[in-house]
Amino acid sequence: MNPAFPFLPERASTIASDVDAVFLFILVVTGVFAVGIWTALLYFAIRYRRRSPDDRPKEIHGSLALELTWTVIPLALMAVMFAWGAKVYFHMNRPPDDAMTVSVVGKRWMWKLQHPTGQREVNELHVPVGRAVKLVITSEDTIHSFFVPAFRIKKDAVPGRYNMAWFRATKVGTYHLFCAEYCGTEHARMIGRVVVMEPDQYQTWLAGGPAPESPRAWGEQLFTELNCVTCHQPDSAGRGPVLTGVFGRRVKLQSGDAVVADEAYVRESIVNPAVKVVAGYQPVMPTFQGLVTEEQLIALIAYIESLQIPAGDNAPAPAGASSHGEREAKR
Amino acid sequence: MTTQALALPKEHYLNAGYGWRSWLLTTDHKRIGLLYLVSITLMFALGSFYAALVRWNLLVPDGSHMSAEAYNKAFTAHGVIMVFFFLIPSIPATLGNFLIPLMIGARDLAFPRINLLSWYIYVIGAALTLYALLAGGLDTGWTFYTPYSTVFAQSNVALAAVGIFITGFSSILTGLNFIVTIHTMRAPGMTWFRMPLFVWAHYATSLIQILGTPVVAITILLVALERLFHFGFFDPSRGGDPILFQHLFWFYSHPAVYIMILPSMGVISEVVTCFSRKRIFGYSFIAMSSLAIAVIGFLVWAHHMYVSGMAVYSALVFSALTYLVAVPSAIKTFNWTATLFRGSVQWDTPMIYVFCFIGLFLIGGLTGLFLGNLGIDVHVTDTYFVVAHFHYIMVGGAIMGYLGGLHFWWPKITGRMYVEGWGKLSSLLVFVGFNLTFFPQFVLGYLGMPRRYHVYPEEFQVLNVLSTAGATILGFGYVFPFSYLFHSMFRGEPAGDNPWGATGLEWTTTSPPPAHNFDTTPVVTEEAYDYSRPPKGAPVV
Amino acid sequence: MSEVAAGGPHEALQHHFADLEQQRTASSLGMWVFIAQEVLFFGGLFATYAVYRMQYPEAFSAGSHHLSWRVGFFNTLVLIGSSLTMAMGVYWAGLGKGRKVAGYLLATILLGSVFLGVKYFEYGEKIRPCLGGGTHAGCLLPGASFDPSVLHVTGATGDHAQIFFSLYFAMTGLHALHMIIGIPIIAVIARMAVRGRFSPEYYTPVELVGLYWHFVDIIWIFLFPLLYLIGAH
Repeated sequence: MNPAFPFLPERASTIASDVDAVFLFILVVTGVFAVGIWTALLYFAIRYRRRSPDDRPKEIHGSLALELTWTVIPLALMAVMFAWGAKVYFHMNRPPDDAMTVSVVGKRWMWKLQHPTGQREVNELHVPVGRAVKLVITSEDTIHSFFVPAFRIKKDAVPGRYNMAWFRATKVGTYHLFCAEYCGTEHARMIGRVVVMEPDQYQTWLAGGPAPESPRAWGEQLFTELNCVTCHQPDSAGRGPVLTGVFGRRVKLQSGDAVVADEAYVRESIVNPAVKVVAGYQPVMPTFQGLVTEEQLIALIAYIESLQIPAGDNAPAPAGASSHGEREAKR
Repeated sequence: MTTQALALPKEHYLNAGYGWRSWLLTTDHKRIGLLYLVSITLMFALGSFYAALVRWNLLVPDGSHMSAEAYNKAFTAHGVIMVFFFLIPSIPATLGNFLIPLMIGARDLAFPRINLLSWYIYVIGAALTLYALLAGGLDTGWTFYTPYSTVFAQSNVALAAVGIFITGFSSILTGLNFIVTIHTMRAPGMTWFRMPLFVWAHYATSLIQILGTPVVAITILLVALERLFHFGFFDPSRGGDPILFQHLFWFYSHPAVYIMILPSMGVISEVVTCFSRKRIFGYSFIAMSSLAIAVIGFLVWAHHMYVSGMAVYSALVFSALTYLVAVPSAIKTFNWTATLFRGSVQWDTPMIYVFCFIGLFLIGGLTGLFLGNLGIDVHVTDTYFVVAHFHYIMVGGAIMGYLGGLHFWWPKITGRMYVEGWGKLSSLLVFVGFNLTFFPQFVLGYLGMPRRYHVYPEEFQVLNVLSTAGATILGFGYVFPFSYLFHSMFRGEPAGDNPWGATGLEWTTTSPPPAHNFDTTPVVTEEAYDYSRPPKGAPVV
Repeated sequence: MSEVAAGGPHEALQHHFADLEQQRTASSLGMWVFIAQEVLFFGGLFATYAVYRMQYPEAFSAGSHHLSWRVGFFNTLVLIGSSLTMAMGVYWAGLGKGRKVAGYLLATILLGSVFLGVKYFEYGEKIRPCLGGGTHAGCLLPGASFDPSVLHVTGATGDHAQIFFSLYFAMTGLHALHMIIGIPIIAVIARMAVRGRFSPEYYTPVELVGLYWHFVDIIWIFLFPLLYLIGAH
């Protein structure tokens, strides 16, 4: 709890003060209206209390001027509220380019997290203060929701898709992590902590324990084991498109549409390849649904993301390519 | 000045036939209204019992008062019963059924037998759902989110889904009946803009009932099919989309909340005019606002889904529309308040409930502005902030209006008056208890306490204890009206045709009304709410 | 009885209506409101269909290809025919010819029954393989025994095909249910017609059941192409 304002939780991320600012704005505006109407109500009720049984007040039908005033002014105020909130929401959905990616898999009733360097955690997330952290969130079973009140972030963990949330912690400390979507018996116990540390302490923490395998390395291993390389050759087109440099770029599809090759697209291409076939290729890729787990998918995606064209090689990205940071979850 | 001793009319709808057959096979809209009154009161009592269980469990942070399974079943039962079996039917099926024909000068609704059928459908649906809730229980929440409800839940999902599916048709038939009645059976001279605002409110409500309910009906049927036959619509492991369920579900369930509040707003318009002895301020604005709420209300459903992973631009559209839907409610609130200006205000129990409604609906509605806001909702969705918001509207708003309406029309329905002192005392208890229960929940929510939590971090305990204390007071507040209203049916003072001196055709006939409503078909020549002179049948001064 | 005693209310006039005209208007509006509600009811299924078809075009193609468009087309003609006989029934009711009305309504029932009979066989060949033990080859009822191999698809497309067939059974099943409910109602009204209950002044029940039946027909006219005619043939 925030000691300065017992009604506000701690603010421990860059977005928290933005959220609180909109909140306080709306609080003030609605407070003014509420107090105003209560006062009017109470005042009229008392001032015009019936004095005698045959009181017959004069008729008043209405007033167009008044109706317009009390329609237009609230509309204008609400337009401000809407726009301000939308701005904050946009910001919440656009992680910075330098964000480190942590994968989150919700499962009844625990949170499984993995750092980009491979460290795994259960129900805890250690992060360095001041660094942007992008969460790629999914679920193995029911819908869950990853909620850190101190950061003012929340995103549903939906089975079958990836959702994204990001934050930049501003204060060292330990904060609540809650599951915020009812998921069965122990929903209320699917909780944990986010531990924000100084950067050097975070490095120490990372180094402690056996050297883990990074998701990227595991993904590379899987890519070979599952024979993806048979069709997806590294430098020349085989039966499947070249994957080097594809992540984050726009891809032209057979249907004529173009999509950004983000985590969701890569995942879909592995479990349901027939839906979005790249232009110029046949729909011959078999589906791997049921053959790979969610965590293996995350590893494969990390590997494919790492397949970038080496710097100094060739020219700028092809026309129509969009930047890394503009990915957003579908629907 | 002499006062006549008032007496009940010799013949009226209550003594036009005795015995269980005359009640269970009645087609009189007034009797059907009373059948519904009994049913929904029973359901309200049961729903309140589950609420008590929930609040009792939340007294302690460690959930030691009951198991997690029991708690999850308790909050689910509370939601299912209160939403589908109390709030949705409440005013329309009781007061609406009773009053709409009277208010428009008709002898009955357009389809009296369908009216009776709708009550039987309600009873059958309720019986089935109650069986599901009591024999084994349901633990999905009233929202049935997939794939939990279709794949993982180990409770009576299919049975409850079928029960709710059946009950939906009761709502649809009531709405159908009202729409046709209002279109075709108004008395000569009663144009649309001479109708009482209570009727406008029910017309708008009925539009939502017939257009929205079928969608949740088919959705809940698909859930049942998936449970029973493993059809796979919403199961991601087979290519299904759990978010599709949410869209289909909320497409009804958001407009449903307007089914719950619009009739109550209709009550407010009737009571505030009578007890200010003044025409309503801005009649056409209030009437059109009801329609606006019904229409725009169908366009905002995904504001329940901002954190589900929907596209940012879609969320933007829904947020903008959500702010838009707030405007007609604001217009109504301003107009009701303005009606008191230079009026002649009487502080009888129905009017006290109007004050409570306006004051509390204001908070509920204004907190909707927080929730509709994209940036804020990410933080407060799925927390107690939402729980507080909708209870302020449903209980602080809808139920206050229901109680106000019940008290206002009680003399018309029963022919007798209740004791005013009890009325005022109960309203005070309800007001205080209600605020103590739900205001702390706004704080809890912003602090981060999620909803549907059986256990919670210790730092939230004080606010939870306050909330439970309030719920106890609120409970007493509800028990009293039940007792003194029931008592008044047998021992209350005869009220006379028009004890409040109100306008409206229902007050021009006897209390209780005759079975056929009017001895001669009324002819309407004036606008509604003409308080410039004493209405017909008003108490002689 | 088509004769009305002078000055007395029509025998079909219900007590709460002022006159037959008001009763007719109200009944008619009631049926239209009911149909509006039905549109939303089926609408949920159509929306679900649209979403999944966009997501799984291959599976939907395969599933649709497997359905016999000839059988579906035959059924479409049968149902349109039944709408024609129904329309004729309403026409003659307006002219007070009770026996002709009954005749056409019976024809409607006959054609409707043919439709349902065909559906029984269509369902049967998809469901029969699911019963009993064994391989369940060719079972197309969604559930544990669903076997998509007969659609010549593999892997996840098989699962998606299950969604297609879930929709097939749900949509055509709901439609068939509406016909099963409608047919006895038509029978009751045919009986009333034979007994002379209708006249040019009052034949509202025939009109209303006609509206209902046409609605049921229109739903099928949407279902047929969406379920039977997508995918290469």
